[in-house]
Amino acid sequence: MAYVAVKGGERAIDAAHDWLARDRRGDPSVPEIGTAQIAEQLGRAVDRVMAEGACYDPDLAALAVKQAQGDLIEAAFLLRAYRTTLPRFAASVPVETAAMLIRRRISAIYKDLPGGQVLGPTYDYTHRLLDFSLAAEGRDTAHAAASAAADAAQMPRVMDLLDREGLMGAEQPSDAAPGDLTREPLAFPAERDVRLQALARGDEGFLLALGYSTQRGYGNTHPFVGEIRVGSVAVEIVPPELGFAIEIGRIDLTECEMVNQFGGSKTEPPQFTRGYGLCFGHGERKAMGMALCDRAMRAAELGEDVTAPAQDIEFVLSHADNIEATGFVEHLKLPHYVDFQSELETIRRMRRTAGVPGVGTETGGEVG
Amino acid sequence: MSGYNFAYLDEQTKRMIRRAILKAVAIPGHQVPFGGREMPLPYGWGTGGIQVTAAILGPDDVLKVIDQGADDTTNAVSIRRFFARTAGVATTTRTTEATIIQTRHRIPETPLRADQILVYQVPLPEPLAKLESSRAETREMHALAEYGLMHVKLYEDIARFGHVAISYDYPVMVNGRYLMSPSPIPAFDTPKMHRMPALQLFGAGREKRIYAVPPYTAVRPLDFDDHPFRLVRAPHACALCGARDSYLDEVVTDDRGGRMFVCSDTDYCAGRRETAEQAGEAA
Repeated sequence: MAYVAVKGGERAIDAAHDWLARDRRGDPSVPEIGTAQIAEQLGRAVDRVMAEGACYDPDLAALAVKQAQGDLIEAAFLLRAYRTTLPRFAASVPVETAAMLIRRRISAIYKDLPGGQVLGPTYDYTHRLLDFSLAAEGRDTAHAAASAAADAAQMPRVMDLLDREGLMGAEQPSDAAPGDLTREPLAFPAERDVRLQALARGDEGFLLALGYSTQRGYGNTHPFVGEIRVGSVAVEIVPPELGFAIEIGRIDLTECEMVNQFGGSKTEPPQFTRGYGLCFGHGERKAMGMALCDRAMRAAELGEDVTAPAQDIEFVLSHADNIEATGFVEHLKLPHYVDFQSELETIRRMRRTAGVPGVGTETGGEVG
Repeated sequence: MSGYNFAYLDEQTKRMIRRAILKAVAIPGHQVPFGGREMPLPYGWGTGGIQVTAAILGPDDVLKVIDQGADDTTNAVSIRRFFARTAGVATTTRTTEATIIQTRHRIPETPLRADQILVYQVPLPEPLAKLESSRAETREMHALAEYGLMHVKLYEDIARFGHVAISYDYPVMVNGRYLMSPSPIPAFDTPKMHRMPALQLFGAGREKRIYAVPPYTAVRPLDFDDHPFRLVRAPHACALCGARDSYLDEVVTDDRGGRMFVCSDTDYCAGRRETAEQAGEAA
């Protein structure tokens, strides 16, 4: 009988996991994909999983992409759940993006500048035509390794050029240890260090949409891309027994600095302000969305009216994390029949009160 | 399970959670922020309750996990397995045998004892969230015990419908001081919280809040003198055990309006049937 349907969760879960494993593998006559192939050939997917999974490890991210069948939010969740179990043995010193080994570096606010415009590996000027030659296996012949990265010393940061002219709003320098929302829960009002951390882990689609909304008039920040740079930076730690910094490895980063108009206030002269974006791997869309949101959230600090969603710090930070969002949205799939039963009884009672005839008009319904 | 600490979380994290629990017990009904961790189960699926359970679980504990009052709903099975796997603790479906009961959306019908702990999974710990979306604002309202907004909401319900139209997650006052969300338990269960001998702990993983109701603490549903809180349940007896005092699920049996009502608390229902069977054999 029907009641049986709500029983037997245990066997159902086992059977579902078996089915999922078969589904993930797909047709066994098609060769299995290797994590090295994913890491090498689906690099942008791996980068996104590392950014939103908040853990820099291309091999594990590739494994997560494989295990999640290419569901990138699921993959980021796998990586986060692994990350949370890792011991912390050190905090790095701040990475120096000015010393980045550049693969790509562009500025939209100057025609040319010291170090030049370096297009690097970009989809920007590709024609979005399906390349059917890629579908023919074995035809995607290996290309020669990309040329060496440009010399960092010849690539000063664009913002520093504006800064030298006194046109950039001053940033508050601080030696304080930045907040860490993986250890301390988010509290409002949230300072910029925590905001940037939340954005760096935030969902690319969410930041893209919010950034887009500012361009369409919901909290316009009049942005220009001051600079986007993509490349690798050294990560250094200071072991207490040594007392000086040593390099422990390199990570790929994308950094975006937006230049935004600011009309000035009673205390500040007209100047440019900065929106900042930084993420693991090659993720320009993410870094740009982040920079737009960062600047939008500075509205209150700069004395601008806070009217748009992107300017509302609590709104943005509370909803940027896609692991939290997907969990809570998808938890609606869990049984809710106990609460729904209460709602049924309540709505029946309300309809009786309103004199509506129909099912569920039995008398009673109250106890105690 | 190899490669992981007892009950999954590392000891530093457990200590941090225990500190939050102690603070929560000291200030009944007050939401204590804690550094909630990512768990291998999704947010919204019980990560707060799981972290609380992991922090208080010892090797000698006997764990019961229910969802919608039932031990065999899929998510309850999944969480019970998680602790059986990561902590190797004994599990049970019997309310009376459990030392820790993790629950989603129900309080067991069988009264709990002083040597038991009830851990609630909480989706939205802020009882004022539906009336005021900013947590910065609601924090201040709690600090000032400024709960007029909620009274106005109840008053408006009475003015429109003749009664309060909140059927679950009914706001309660704890120890006469803090307004608290009892988690989405049906209003039917709310009175069970009042002066309960067992410690009640509440974990909200996504919102990173822990709160508590210590044993024998006053928990009163918010109401008015002339509109006292009233319980609502389906006006039937359980089709399986005949109980008239338990919370009932409505089960649709066919597509012609056929319905049956059965206990939502599966252990309570099974226990009653067992007792009835034994009484029948003895007679």
